[in-house]
Amino acid sequence: MRMTAPVPIPAAADTLLPERFRRWFAARGWSPRPHQLSLLSHARAGRSVLLIAPTGAGKTLAGFLPSLAELAEQDLQGMRDREFLGPHTLYVSPLKALAVDIQRNLAMPVAEMGLPIRLETRTGDTPAHKRQRQKLHPPDILLTTPEQVALLLAGKDAERFFARLSTVIFDELHALTTSKRGDLLSLGLARLRRLAPKLKTIGLSATVAHRDDLRAFLVPQHPESARNLAEMVVVREGTRPDLSILHSKERIPWQGHTARYALGDILAAIKAHRTSLIFVNTRWQAEMLFAELWRINEEALPIALHHGSLDRGQRRKVEAAMAAGTLRAVVATSTLDLGIDWGDVDLVIHVGAPKGASRLAQRIGRSNHRMDEPSKGLLVPSNRFEVMECQAALEASLEGAQDTPRLRRGALDVLCQHILGMAVAAPFDAVSLYEEVISAESYRDLAFEDFEQAVDFVATGGYALRSYERYAKIKKRKDGLWALAHPRLAQQYRLNLGTIVEAPMLTVRLAARRGGKDGRPGAQGPAGGRGGRVLGQVEEYFLEQLVPGDTFQFAGQVLRLEGIRENEALVSRAEAQDPAIPSYEGGKFPLSTYLAAGVRAMLADPQSWEKLPGQVRDWLSLQRQKSALPPRDALLIETFPRADKFYMVAYPFEGRLAHQTLGMLLARRLERARARPLGFVANDYALAVWALRDLGALFAAGTPSLAALFEQDMLGDDLEAWLAESYLLKRSFRNCAIIAGLIERRHPGEEKTGRQVTISTDLIYDVLRSHEPDHILLKATRADAATGLLDIARLGEMLSRIAGRIVHQRLTRVSPLAVPAMLEIGREPVFGEAQEDLLAEASDELIREAMGAGETEAGFGLGANTGVRGERGRDAP
Amino acid sequence: MALAQTQVLEESVAETRLNLAGREVALDPAGALFDPQTRTLVVADLHLEKASSFARRQVFLPPYDTAATLTALTGLVLRRRPRTVLCLGDSFHDGEGAARLSAQDAARIAALQAGRDWVWIAGNHDPAPPAGLGGDCCAQVQIGPLAFRHEPTCQDGAKGKMKGEVAGHLHPSAKVSRRGRSIRRRAFVTDKERLVLPSFGMLTGGLNVLDRAFQTLFPPFAFTAFVLGEKRLYPVAPASLRPD
Repeated sequence: MRMTAPVPIPAAADTLLPERFRRWFAARGWSPRPHQLSLLSHARAGRSVLLIAPTGAGKTLAGFLPSLAELAEQDLQGMRDREFLGPHTLYVSPLKALAVDIQRNLAMPVAEMGLPIRLETRTGDTPAHKRQRQKLHPPDILLTTPEQVALLLAGKDAERFFARLSTVIFDELHALTTSKRGDLLSLGLARLRRLAPKLKTIGLSATVAHRDDLRAFLVPQHPESARNLAEMVVVREGTRPDLSILHSKERIPWQGHTARYALGDILAAIKAHRTSLIFVNTRWQAEMLFAELWRINEEALPIALHHGSLDRGQRRKVEAAMAAGTLRAVVATSTLDLGIDWGDVDLVIHVGAPKGASRLAQRIGRSNHRMDEPSKGLLVPSNRFEVMECQAALEASLEGAQDTPRLRRGALDVLCQHILGMAVAAPFDAVSLYEEVISAESYRDLAFEDFEQAVDFVATGGYALRSYERYAKIKKRKDGLWALAHPRLAQQYRLNLGTIVEAPMLTVRLAARRGGKDGRPGAQGPAGGRGGRVLGQVEEYFLEQLVPGDTFQFAGQVLRLEGIRENEALVSRAEAQDPAIPSYEGGKFPLSTYLAAGVRAMLADPQSWEKLPGQVRDWLSLQRQKSALPPRDALLIETFPRADKFYMVAYPFEGRLAHQTLGMLLARRLERARARPLGFVANDYALAVWALRDLGALFAAGTPSLAALFEQDMLGDDLEAWLAESYLLKRSFRNCAIIAGLIERRHPGEEKTGRQVTISTDLIYDVLRSHEPDHILLKATRADAATGLLDIARLGEMLSRIAGRIVHQRLTRVSPLAVPAMLEIGREPVFGEAQEDLLAEASDELIREAMGAGETEAGFGLGANTGVRGERGRDAP
Repeated sequence: MALAQTQVLEESVAETRLNLAGREVALDPAGALFDPQTRTLVVADLHLEKASSFARRQVFLPPYDTAATLTALTGLVLRRRPRTVLCLGDSFHDGEGAARLSAQDAARIAALQAGRDWVWIAGNHDPAPPAGLGGDCCAQVQIGPLAFRHEPTCQDGAKGKMKGEVAGHLHPSAKVSRRGRSIRRRAFVTDKERLVLPSFGMLTGGLNVLDRAFQTLFPPFAFTAFVLGEKRLYPVAPASLRPD
């Protein structure tokens, strides 16, 4: 926590700040900032408040000052001696690391002022004995995460524990509220307010597009009346960031996300600065960039890697080195987005698409953690479309434009989890719990029928066929209250609590060296021994695609998969130069609507191209000459033949998720129109569909017309039919089923074999769809699909925007703008529902084998699958 | 391994003819075996009342599995018109399953049994005959060279003893990965000497055919997984299969 140079203490501080605090500020030559004092005065008056401030504005101290001041005036020791004293302040942050970091930073002023305030963290990492002690002897300030709040609220003693609670501080509120964690937190807050009616909240947030959403989140709502809003204190951005786009002499590629062309420029920028933070969008990019930088890092500058899958010890080391100032650069993913103090970063390099204006601003804000110096950022687009996206983001940044999403509507699966938690705490009355729930902004529109359905789900699964009454989890007693049917269920609730459903992960461990190579005795077991170092975790689904012997890039090195044993992937260091790099999910953050509009506007206005590099300008000019530019508010569609197929490329600029959904729906329609579509690919900007029949001719003849093809009703029956099979939706359903408590989480270390006894959520999904299409879990899944994985909401807006405004260019060959999408073909998995085709292909292999080919491959196949390939590999030359 | 013949049935569903231990049988893409000579239909691991069995432990799966499984079975029976139906064990998910059947589902079973022989083979989930339902119960049924029982016998004994064994119990599933996508489906596994049927029950999971449990049953690389497709079976060699 840094302060600016001395400023005279405003008069208000005399009355607002206790003497000790004024002395402490003065001793450091600091003075409280106006926003810190306004927070203090709001808090004194018992008002909740939202503080919007850029990074480095002393936001965290501002949030804690009111509590510290209040506590300083209390006789804590005396009170503690007399009675049980619950926490006075709860601090909730989205990251465990942030809670730990804040504790360190806050401990200093507390100790220096000699305040007898007890500060403790409580996260998933806190040992059980410490948690137990915290329940008996709570600290004054408890620094924690949303999940821990839910756990504490479900405790039998929650009422006593929170009776003294005066303040809840939400750090990084803008980040807390964008996911189901925020839904859970909003429900928790509603309960906290019931336990401590005078509770005030303080929200700390970066600049957002919709401030009132966050203000409403902080205070109780009365659904019939207008939105209640918390007070707001806004700290103006100090100086505009000094932002530029890399102008490389190298050729900017058409497509891809590696930014390899810019490596030399990136290294030069690192050399020219003290410490650089290099942000990328995916772990895959982080691994790739890190490896490539080291390949050319002849001076061996200390450059490190940081992403969420790396082993925790490894991450802590990088963080410590960063804070100590011994690193010149860190390549990082979003794990470093949030407000952890990072020492003196003087340059943020953003490699790849910025995706959103606010997202970029927050990342750039990581440099020069001081108000009076501009943050310095360098944008490195990895392909030509990204050049335009970077330009749009840069202009947004100059205007201070924001494009953060609206506050979510609370999810029904989270509500189900919360209802069970409330029953664990104490028997509840349905109507009063409903009133409590709708006092949370996220749930203000929840209908009582939906709430009842959720209660019904918790009780017996919520099926129309009421056959489980006698096994109910919660039962309505004679006094009308719903009570937990069995204490065992409380334990079950605690084990399954939380809204983050991780993809199943495998630990990646270096296998002990194998014998033979270096003369040491060979390890026992099929794939090398254990005992090697843990490198981190990788999604199970990724490793499942590999065969022992395959190489991949992870933790900054090229690894060779030796075998998978239980929950571990055993690997060795490979000498290979070109690994099969992990293709971690890329499209997590789609291009924001705001930036998409910016790119569309830029394309449509050749005047604006002068800001773009020459190569990109030439590319766009060529596009104008050979085809047409995508109009601003219409949809450009190009059709052309290539090799023995016919292509259609559309440019909606709505982000990859929406495009994938659109691609699947178009493929279905083209199938029905007998155009014989074969596949499609999508990126953030465009999508390409290819078929056996001449799509251009079909559209020209109106069989089907483009207007009919892009008719909005595709979001009706077609969508419904496709959703039935969509694996994305099945994955979404699985998450909802776990969060709502229909099935239990698979905890780390649990047996992964014996699938015949576990329950497949895909089967449950199929059964529900055909028997109870209105089941609460299907409602929850559809809601997720609308905004999340499938981005149906955005697709709907696009279809209505372009209705009647489709521009068809029938070309004889691929256009310049179509090249990037075309280059994705074959690199991206082909989506679509051609499951049977995959089986037929696998089946064809059998035919080839029967004809006498591929026997050696067969010999390896089973070995690989049963984990004995390592052994074979050892014996084989 | 010579490929089995594929023959198109009505509704364009294609069955796969297979010479199993010297007897020609048909594998149906619904996941059943049909013996044309005796018109015997064999299904394994129905696991009826699985959802209600879970409900006893407060896991509330959709209570429609029994009805859905019976609907599928009814379709199959209408299509095949068998003289005998053989349920290869684990027909109920637990010993009290039959008692929990709804009156409607019990009536559907009775209707299926009418006019034909019905045999419940004992399984590990349902060792005792289902209470109150028709049909005969036994541990094993022999038809020509084929011995039908619930659990497959491990290979360590004399090999000849296993020839012609048709079993269930393991819920074989096969996984195929292509172009970055994978599919996991129920499958028959056979080396032409013995056969393991996929589970027929709606809410039954599957065990990967590359699991250790199958290694003791089939010699390595010398089996084929007949993967269930919409309208036909897809024979897949071990080399093309993936573990979980």
